[in-house]
Amino acid sequence: MARDSQAALIALNRFGFGARGGAAGDFINAASDPRGFVLSELVRPNGALLEVPGLLSTPELGKQVFDYQAEIKQARDAAKAAQQGASETPPQGSDAKPQQLRNLSLSTAAKEIAGKDPAMQPQAADGANAAMQPPTMQTAAAPPKPPAQPLNIIQKTFRAEALARLQRGVVADCGFVERLVVFWSNHFCISANKGALARMWAGSFEREAVRPHVLGRFSDMLKTVEQHPAMLFFLDNQQSLGPDSRAGINRNRGLNENLAREIMELHTLGVGGGYTQDDVTSLARVITGWTFAGRRGQLGAPGSFVFNANAHQPGPQRVLGKTYAQAGVAQGEAVLADIVRHPSTAKFIATKFARHFVADDPPPALVAKLQDSFTKTDGDLRALATALVGADEAWQAPLTKMRSPYEFVVASGRLLARNPEDPTRYLNGLNLLGQPLWSPAGPNGFPDTTAAWAAPEGIKLRLDISAQLASQLADKFDPRDLLELVAADAASPETRRTIERAETRQQALALLLMSPEFQRR
Amino acid sequence: MDCSESLMLQATSRRALLLGGASFAAWAYLPRFARAADGRDPRFVTIILRGALDGLATVAPVGDPDYAGLHGAIALRADGPNAAVMLDPFFGLHPAMPEFARMYRAKQAAVVHAVATSYRDRSHFDGQDVLESGFPGPGRVQSGWLNRALEALPKGERVTSALAVGPTTPLVLRGAAPTVGWAPTALPQAADDTAMRLLDLYQHRDPTLASALTQGLQLEKQAQGDEMKPKPGGGGVAAMRLVARGAAKLMAADDGPRIGALAFDGWDTHANEGGPVGRLAQLLGGLDGALAEFQSGLGARWRDTVIVVATEFGRTARINGTEGTDHGTGTIALLAGGAVNGGRMITDWPGLKPANLYQARDLAPTIDLRAVIKGVLHDQFGLGERVLADTVFPDSAPVKPMKGLVA
Repeated sequence: MARDSQAALIALNRFGFGARGGAAGDFINAASDPRGFVLSELVRPNGALLEVPGLLSTPELGKQVFDYQAEIKQARDAAKAAQQGASETPPQGSDAKPQQLRNLSLSTAAKEIAGKDPAMQPQAADGANAAMQPPTMQTAAAPPKPPAQPLNIIQKTFRAEALARLQRGVVADCGFVERLVVFWSNHFCISANKGALARMWAGSFEREAVRPHVLGRFSDMLKTVEQHPAMLFFLDNQQSLGPDSRAGINRNRGLNENLAREIMELHTLGVGGGYTQDDVTSLARVITGWTFAGRRGQLGAPGSFVFNANAHQPGPQRVLGKTYAQAGVAQGEAVLADIVRHPSTAKFIATKFARHFVADDPPPALVAKLQDSFTKTDGDLRALATALVGADEAWQAPLTKMRSPYEFVVASGRLLARNPEDPTRYLNGLNLLGQPLWSPAGPNGFPDTTAAWAAPEGIKLRLDISAQLASQLADKFDPRDLLELVAADAASPETRRTIERAETRQQALALLLMSPEFQRR
Repeated sequence: MDCSESLMLQATSRRALLLGGASFAAWAYLPRFARAADGRDPRFVTIILRGALDGLATVAPVGDPDYAGLHGAIALRADGPNAAVMLDPFFGLHPAMPEFARMYRAKQAAVVHAVATSYRDRSHFDGQDVLESGFPGPGRVQSGWLNRALEALPKGERVTSALAVGPTTPLVLRGAAPTVGWAPTALPQAADDTAMRLLDLYQHRDPTLASALTQGLQLEKQAQGDEMKPKPGGGGVAAMRLVARGAAKLMAADDGPRIGALAFDGWDTHANEGGPVGRLAQLLGGLDGALAEFQSGLGARWRDTVIVVATEFGRTARINGTEGTDHGTGTIALLAGGAVNGGRMITDWPGLKPANLYQARDLAPTIDLRAVIKGVLHDQFGLGERVLADTVFPDSAPVKPMKGLVA
């Protein structure tokens, strides 16, 4: 096949994470068979799974959080008791203060875990302590300060999960499967900022609920996601009780429709997809009892999905015009299975998929092809990805989309052959650029439009980050060689000239990282 | 403090701001009549609360016989510990808002109750689009009502300083009229020469990025030397105050922006909303602090200022099964500022009897939010009814501007 440089750029940047540096030869391989280069990743067995030694299952991680919380509580109780014993006078004001002085890290962690308020969590969760304090940035000249706090189990886990995901992205051949993982993970997003459990489970949620189905069935992904403890926690379903269930009556509590609404609005049918408020409320009733076992494990292994019949609203429910008389968890599973086959779901998914990969306003013919594939294959996601790559529209649309911050930092890592051993720099970059890993502001995930990522503030920050990266790494590279790896003869004459005429290697590398060939996809 | 240390701190601060869910953007020009002979120099700020504020928990109808039953464990009370601040015999203000209570007593603040946009479904994202775009229905996200109002104003000089936080301009201020923004520097900046070379490349190859980079560079310059140094770890509440402080400082300047928008996230209180204390109370404390920052920061200009606080919709009248509230309809809007004809509740109270609730679940809206905003824009900037009905809030002629909102 003839060498097609423009198609190679599309193969690498639109569908993948960009060319790798070194001797990988990605651009040449992509140019000789652009479609084959992208599709080859789809046929590897279990290619989407991420099995890394040391990464634990959701229940195992849940147990660690519960144990840690118990430890914190014990330490706090002990500190309080010791303080009361030591002093005749009752403590004044807040009881947290003296303990804070004694053991800063413990109290910070305790607050993080005990805090009921997810909106107040982000900074405590991992901000100043973990993500922002790489040991390498502390110099001998630093003024004396308290010794660095050891990371707690939640911060350690989050960083280990982040590292595994980043490494996979940096070393992948094309990165198409990883891009699919990121797409579906954002579609079914949770936010680590919801609280300790969400931060602990952000990585395992993706490994267990998203990755196994990225090349499988949408219906399986949907069911696994909606029954995953991380999602149930993120959208409050573990608190939702059937008003007429035993638990609802005993505790005088009832429905929370948060998860039910987002299943319809964000996960399947899409807003305007033909459901009503009554459908949302009915679905909320249907999925009462979908929860996870807590610390004491009365319902099952702590941190695992369980169906709690005591919390389930009894009786048949009517959703989208159909009555579901099933008992127990089967009722909700039956509703989900039907929602997957609703025409609105195929349309919503096809549009979102095309918008992510191809254009903010995707070609209608492309959306129609994807919708058709989704419908005919009953939501086979490998077929959907194959249909995307097979469609001419996906190769003809100009490169108008902007790389998201995540795609940008991973692409930089690939080009500069920086397989990370520490996720700190990557996480910092993502925080600065407004896409903190696994922590979108709302259940609709991070935005997926060019406008969102091409804002003045964002571009200026990308430039600053590129300049900083270049100042540290440029000595190792000849930027002109890197341009060959990135775009070869698909590079514009202006970009080539800009890089060749730069006054330093550092400047040239910063300009390369900011060039349209590197930023657009 | 060595430079790597300060880099880390700034990075943390920047993160705190971005994740704290608070942002500010402003019109890049002064209205031409800003220095008119009558000495009046009006300021206008809108604060968008994203996530749907529980109006019944913020300004509680404690005199409504059905309120306490509906709002259950999180209902405010007229007496006892953490009692609501009674604004009149019927409505009580959340105790986390003492600054707003003070402004209300000074007749510089008012509450509009049982208000809603024209949106009647319950998707946050569509609801926010309607609230901010000013169109009657969702799906129109090219420009916001405030931006179109700016287009109708006589354009004077360009402002010489501005401040915005967050990677994007909120929809309410997006559109053809140029806006400005800024965020504290978190990194050593790329050299000017590198930036100019990149700009040259973009001008040849990518006009969209050229425009974005131009703006990004200008904004960075304008903001240099500003003393805004956020403290790390302050959370969303601190971020609200901080952004308001920065915004007020810039808007107080003679050559600073006159019209701006802030967006605060985090009001989606599905579970454990809390009553007089708790999660919502913390957020309201942040909002209250932000209003106080505007008053102190604007100094003498507070006199000419109107701030409108609005949210996409309200929450269910009855608390849900998890001591929170689900997506609803009617809610409140708050007005604050020295120019507000305040000290009053503006409401046509629909009551909370089951038959009076919207779809038997939500506070029924009796006031169209557009009437409120139209009234303020008319009184503050002299925008005519026609432009308000055709351009600023398209297809809204039947919704007349509310009169007498500005003193």
